[in-house]
Amino acid sequence: MITTHQSQGGRYSIELHTYGSGGEPLLFLHGAGGLMPQEPFLEELGRDFKVYAPHFPGYGESTGTEHIDDVVDASLFYHELMDELKIPQANILGHSMGGMLAAELTALDPHRTKKLVLACPAGFWINEHPIPDFFAAPLNEIAGMLFHDPNSPAAKMMTAIPEDFKALEVMYVERVKRLATAGKFLWPIPDRGLSKRAYRIKVPTLVVWGESDKLIPPVYAKEFTSRIKGSKLETIKQAGHMLMYEQQPAFVKAVRDFLKS
Amino acid sequence: MKFTWFHLMPYRFLPEDFKDKYRSVWVDIPRNLYDPKVGHKLYNDYLDQLEYADGMGFDALGVNEHHQNGYGMMPSPNLMAATLTRRTKNANLVVLGNSIALYNPPIRVAEEFAMLDVMSGGRLVAGFPVGTSMDDNFCYGVVPAQLRERYYEAHDLIVKAWKEKDIFSFNGKYTKLRYVNLWPRPVQQPHPPIWIPGGGSVETWDFCANHDYQYSFLSYFGYLAGKKVADGYWDVMAKKGKELNPYSMGFAQIVAVSETDEQAEKDYAPHMDYFFNRCLHVYDGFADAPGYRTVKTIKAGILGQVGDRAAMVRQDLKWKDFVEQGYVIAGSPKTVRERLREAMKHIHCGHLMTLMQIGSMPPELVRKNTSLFATEVAPYVRDLWSEYEDKWSPKRMPQDEIAVPAPVHFDSRLTNGAAKHPAAASHAEARSAK
Repeated sequence: MITTHQSQGGRYSIELHTYGSGGEPLLFLHGAGGLMPQEPFLEELGRDFKVYAPHFPGYGESTGTEHIDDVVDASLFYHELMDELKIPQANILGHSMGGMLAAELTALDPHRTKKLVLACPAGFWINEHPIPDFFAAPLNEIAGMLFHDPNSPAAKMMTAIPEDFKALEVMYVERVKRLATAGKFLWPIPDRGLSKRAYRIKVPTLVVWGESDKLIPPVYAKEFTSRIKGSKLETIKQAGHMLMYEQQPAFVKAVRDFLKS
Repeated sequence: MKFTWFHLMPYRFLPEDFKDKYRSVWVDIPRNLYDPKVGHKLYNDYLDQLEYADGMGFDALGVNEHHQNGYGMMPSPNLMAATLTRRTKNANLVVLGNSIALYNPPIRVAEEFAMLDVMSGGRLVAGFPVGTSMDDNFCYGVVPAQLRERYYEAHDLIVKAWKEKDIFSFNGKYTKLRYVNLWPRPVQQPHPPIWIPGGGSVETWDFCANHDYQYSFLSYFGYLAGKKVADGYWDVMAKKGKELNPYSMGFAQIVAVSETDEQAEKDYAPHMDYFFNRCLHVYDGFADAPGYRTVKTIKAGILGQVGDRAAMVRQDLKWKDFVEQGYVIAGSPKTVRERLREAMKHIHCGHLMTLMQIGSMPPELVRKNTSLFATEVAPYVRDLWSEYEDKWSPKRMPQDEIAVPAPVHFDSRLTNGAAKHPAAASHAEARSAK
């Protein structure tokens, strides 16, 4: 279900996607690309959880990106939203940029997160393993960065470049809007000091990575598992950065099993 | 009509196969293509050319700022302007400009521009570009979505530092200063004229109009393609009830003068090719970081200067097309005079910034172009817009108060024979030509 939620006295108008009706709350923080109109993996998770998937300000129909400068603003945005939705505590699942924000907001206030799942999150930089410059990548190279198999139907669908000029322009403007916001956390290097704060994440944490992630290589998993005490790593085979689309059953199982355990 | 002799300071010796072998002249241009000894010679040549233009009666000399760029070797245009204060006498110094969003704290720009204004006796034009995406976002790492906010804040601080009579505190979002106390202060009071170079962002028109700044449209597409942007600017000015004074707009235009139209092609065609195919060979991914241009500008459909779409428009253009489509105003003095007058009327422009050193052009040809323009073209176009007052040029100190550098006497014992400066140049030319 998609609803519009007025947040913080109208400072933000948020396009909120929800899945399922019962179970513990699960807040999904999307990556730099935003949410698809329909997310089958969230639908699956909706069988066991009440899933909240807000479009971040600047994404979809959500407004108010001008009020957000950094990870602190982003974290407070999500925590305020949780208050408004009357969720004192939630399981939090974040993918890529959303994983970075999920880690940051948990570090800022660990009591709001019940369990944390970080799916190939951003947030660190290793000089020996530079993350490719996603922002400068031409459209026709993006599928190769994001998918284990860039020729799979999922990859083709998600990275299709419209032939029609008008449609291309619309896509271009939407992409600019999304990535302009993402740049606040990711430009030019996706590290905003999480290494100083990550020790505060003491909730049960699962780090899940696509084995052939070419955008944020799996070597980054150790940055998280070594800093988050007791966290565990699950690697998904034949999956790249967009693991929840490429290997949906394995991804959903890993998340569900962890949250249910 | 006023004429600024504008230098981009390109590296003249990019390899023949540059376009095929490398993806970009900007941001990630290979370091090994730069030879510092060639660079030494080029700076010397280029400063000579600017000084020559001063002697030939140009109203102003122009320099600008680019980073990690094979066609613009001025990460700091202020160094060039400072050098020019010593050997030039008449021309104004148009620094177009300092990318103020990149300086932290931006008060540095207020200080350096004040220094330049004092050193030159009040000849400075202060340019405040937002800067290109290549420079600001990719080379200097500014978050694209923050760029304009940083720019406006830096502008407010710099102008206040120039205007304010007392020490003040500045509590900005990006810059916080307890004691702002500009010292030295500019000769021109309250501050040097401000020109805003732009590539066609709609926000820049409003900004110029609101502050009565001069808008300098820096286009490499020439005056015919530039018409759309010029019209956009004049529309904004008209809507705001501003005087449509041609001197409130500057325009950069490649100009190439020779004895005849045919000779112009022989002289300049290879250098146009070098400029468009090597100097402007910019990787599309660097042209426009997401958030650099506002959605409003993107929707206005204004084509960026570089990147795939710009390259596509220019693709396969020959000399004849470059001339016909106005990329270059070229030919005999008579042709250039006529074309130039038509061009400036077409876009209603009072400050022409001539680009007369194009790409790989060697010093002799630059001198010829400059001299022909100064003697055979400028005098015949100067009368244009004489009914308007130019409120955007510097107001310098009276001539009798201008300090003059003392003559220098070289002592061969101290310099160990190395100070034979004119000859040292020809040695380097031999190197760079190989």
